[in-house]
This record gives sequence, structure tokens and C-alpha cells, in this order.
Amino acid sequence: MHDFAYHAPTTLPEALELLDRYGDDARVIAGGTVLVTLMKQRLSQPGHLVSLANVGVLQGVRLQGDGLHIGATVTQRDVETAPQVQSAWPLLAETYRRVATVRIRNLATVGGGLAHGDPNQDPPPTLLVLGASVTLASSQAVRTLPVSELWTGYFETAVQPGEVVTELIVPLPPVGSGSAFLKFLPRTEDDYATVSVAALVQLDVSGACQDIRIALGSAGPTAVKATRAEAVLRGKQPTDALISQAADQAREEVGPIADVRGSAAYKRDIAAVFVRRALQQAIAGAR
Amino acid sequence: MEQKISLTVNGQQVERTVPARRLLIDFLRYDLGLTGTKEACSVGVCGACTVLVDGKTAASCIMLAAQASGRAITTVEGLAAEGERLHPVQQAFIDMGGFQCGICTPGQVMAAKGLLDTNPNPSDDQIREWMMGNLCRCTGYYKILGSVRKAAGR
Ligand SMILES: Cc1cc2nc3c(=O)[nH]c(=O)nc-3n(C[C@H](O)[C@H](O)[C@H](O)COP(=O)(O)OP(=O)(O)OC[C@H]3O[C@@H](n4cnc5c(N)ncnc54)[C@H](O)[C@@H]3O)c2cc1C
Ligand code: FES
Ligand code: FES
Repeated sequence: MHDFAYHAPTTLPEALELLDRYGDDARVIAGGTVLVTLMKQRLSQPGHLVSLANVGVLQGVRLQGDGLHIGATVTQRDVETAPQVQSAWPLLAETYRRVATVRIRNLATVGGGLAHGDPNQDPPPTLLVLGASVTLASSQAVRTLPVSELWTGYFETAVQPGEVVTELIVPLPPVGSGSAFLKFLPRTEDDYATVSVAALVQLDVSGACQDIRIALGSAGPTAVKATRAEAVLRGKQPTDALISQAADQAREEVGPIADVRGSAAYKRDIAAVFVRRALQQAIAGAR
Repeated sequence: MEQKISLTVNGQQVERTVPARRLLIDFLRYDLGLTGTKEACSVGVCGACTVLVDGKTAASCIMLAAQASGRAITTVEGLAAEGERLHPVQQAFIDMGGFQCGICTPGQVMAAKGLLDTNPNPSDDQIREWMMGNLCRCTGYYKILGSVRKAAGR
């Protein structure tokens, strides 16, 4: 590995000041699971690492009026196992449970996952479905963005140089809604998904889909919301025929690439199958 | 660049100055001579390098020694003191034939310890889910499952 300096500031202003001072030559490190691997492979060679691990304000989970505020350096394992997440955000707990293995989730942080911009990660579709947003801070300003605006392209994000993800905000799911996160894993249980689907359904008193949200991962340059598939079911009784129609629509909405996990055409077909299954599971949960 | 680090390793306070790029696994093996922790895939996938960081399993091959500063590391050497009886997890792997070449074993043992410390009575499914990322190329997973079951007192 190349030579670099390691900084471990204890306050956010200090961390932001270091990022400003070293500019392009600085890189934030949180859990390091991605960054250390990239540095070992010489794909990233920053001269300065600014660790967020000791920055107190980025730790911890707080319940506020607009939802759950998860600090950027909270580990993915801590989200998965937090009792309040398991009871009120079961979809979130289930999604983080499916990331890699325990020994990775014990290190990998929520903020590191968001900032990496990898469309093959598990949390993005779920966070789209839950309508989550992120707060970004620089030495100049603080701003909050919906996650749909965070991921801008293949491994590209709206995080600007000198900016740090400070927290993830996840609103409560609609009352009585059912949800599902499904990850198609034909190779090993700890693999990245061939295709992943998050779905959330809320039914009205007549049993029609009042609120319906579907998003997919590993199915395009960023995680995608299947808005046309949602429209097929919105306001309608979720019959088997309509669920299949929505699944077929999702097949047309995704843009997966061919890789070791399958051809693009195969992944489109799998997307349809998994959207159907996720909808069935979410609807059963809502009933 | 040099980095001063201060941490606990197997209960002992350690202070060293290391290059910032030193990986935790290399720090353990080369700087401290604790060669029980093995390296196989080097990218977080196989589990051979599993150690406990503040009691939680972690891949030491993709963690910098600097990241471990201020924290408590437990390696396989820390399970049984010199000359003393083996830790029940280690003994269970011997009793059940849970290893052959042994390269993956320290990682398996540390992963199993991490599991039993958080969940002393895991079901078979819970053992499988927890251990699934610790790869073994020779023993076969039934014996490993059996070892963890035995360590849990079943
Ligand atoms: C073996 C392995 C298997 C994996 N399998 C899966 C999987 O199945 N599913 C899945 O979803 N993911 C998987 N991952 C990816 C995992 O989710 C990421 O490695 C993790 O989320 C990164 O978090 P981190 O804290 O370690 O980030 P780091 O490695 O510390 O940082 C990652 C990137 O984000 C930047 N960054 C970190 N924190 C911030 C912040 N607060 N603000 C701004 N920028 C920041 C860093 O500069 C770097 O560019 C896997 C990773 C590994 C190593
Ligand atoms: S050597 Fe670290 S996980 Fe394989
Ligand atoms: S005992 Fe040889 S790899 Fe597991």
C-alpha cells in the first residue's frame, strides 16, 4: 500500500477543516471496508485519511419527529440489531441483515455505504422505498437531500469534495404497511445481489393499494424506483393478475448490466420474478 | 507516515509507532508476532483473519492498525493463557474434528466465540447464518457446525 497520513479528529469542524486543507489528496475513512480494499488494490491513493470514527456527533441513533436519525458512523450491524429499528422499521433491519457477513457489518458504517454509491449494495432500494434522506455537512453549509438525489450515477454521488455525510433520516413507514426486501443470491449467501427488490404496500379499508413503493438494486447505474410498476397497482385491488402486470412493468424499467452474476436479459427476468414475490410478501404483511 | 497507536491486545496494553498503512493483520502477525491469525483472501471475503474488536468479529485484513487504536483486540492466542486449558470453543473443534489443514480454523474459532458471546444458545440456523462467511476448503461444514454446537453445550 502507498504511504499516507492518518488523522483521527474528534470533532466535525476539525474533520471538515482537514478535508478543506488537503483537498483532493484527502479521503474520509469510516469503517474502511471499501476504502482499505481499494487502497490495497491501488485503486485509491489518497495522501491523507480523515477518520470519522472518533467524531462523537456522528455516532448514535435518535428518534425525532421526522423519523429515525442514524449517525453516519453507526455500524450496519448496530442498525440491524437495534430493538427500535427491528420493531418500527423491520424492512430496514432486514435489509442491513442481508449485507455481507457479520464481520463486515461490524465495521461497515451506514454513511460509508451511502457515500460509496455502489448500485449493487442492499440498503439503497430499501432507503428509496422508505423515502429516506441524508444530511451532508461541509465547512460552508449543511444540506439535506432525499436519497433519490444522492446517487447520481454508477459509483457517483452528490457528495461534494469537502463534504461529509452526517446522518441518515428514515421516516416511519405508513401505518399498517407491509414490506419485503428480497435479494437473489444464486452464488453464496454473503454475495452482492444479482438483483434485489424492496417493496412496501399499505392497503386501504377496501383492500386496495393506497400506498405502494417498489425499488430495485443491482439493476442499473443506481438503485431505481419502479414508478410505472407502482402505478399499475396504485389505488387498485392487488389481484394476482395485476401483481404480474406490475412485475412485467418493472422488467422494462430496470437497466442492469451483464456481469459475472448474469446477463442483462437474465437479470431483467429475475427482476420481474422478485418484484412479484416481494409484492406478494408485502401485501400479505399489510393484510 | 508514522502513526502512534495505543490499544489492548489479548488483555495487554500495547503502544507502538507504525506506518499509517500497516494493516491490523500485519500488525498482529509481524509487529507482535501473533501468527495465529491467518490471511487467505485479503479482501474481507473468507473469514480466515477474523479477530474480535471490542468483542465483535472483524476482518483484520481490511482494517488499518490505526483504526484499532483505542480499542480492544482479541486474537486466537488470547483465548487460552499459556499452559492453560483450551477455550471451550477450541476444545470443541478438536473433539468434533472441526478442522483439517487448520488455515481457516483460527478464524472459525474467533467467529464462533463472537457468536456464543452474543448468543450462548444459537439454533442450527443461527449458527449457519453467522458462520456462513467463514470459508473452509477442506473440512466440510458439517463438522464445523457440529463443533460450534458442541461449544454451545449441545
Ligand atoms: C467482503 C465485502 C462484502 C460486501 N458485501 C456487501 C453486500 O452483500 N451488500 C452490500 O450492500 N454491501 C456489501 N459490501 C459493501 C459494504 O456495504 C461497504 O463496504 C460499506 O458500506 C462501506 O462502509 P465503510 O464504513 O466501511 O466505508 P469506508 O470504506 O470507510 O468508505 C467508503 C467510501 O465512502 C466514503 N465515506 C465513508 N464515510 C463517509 C461519510 N460519512 N461522508 C462522506 N464520505 C464517506 C469514503 O471516503 C469512501 O470513499 C461488502 C463489502 C465487503 C468488504
Ligand atoms: S483474509 Fe481477511 S477475510 Fe479473508
Ligand atoms: S481446515 Fe483447511 S481450510 Fe478449513
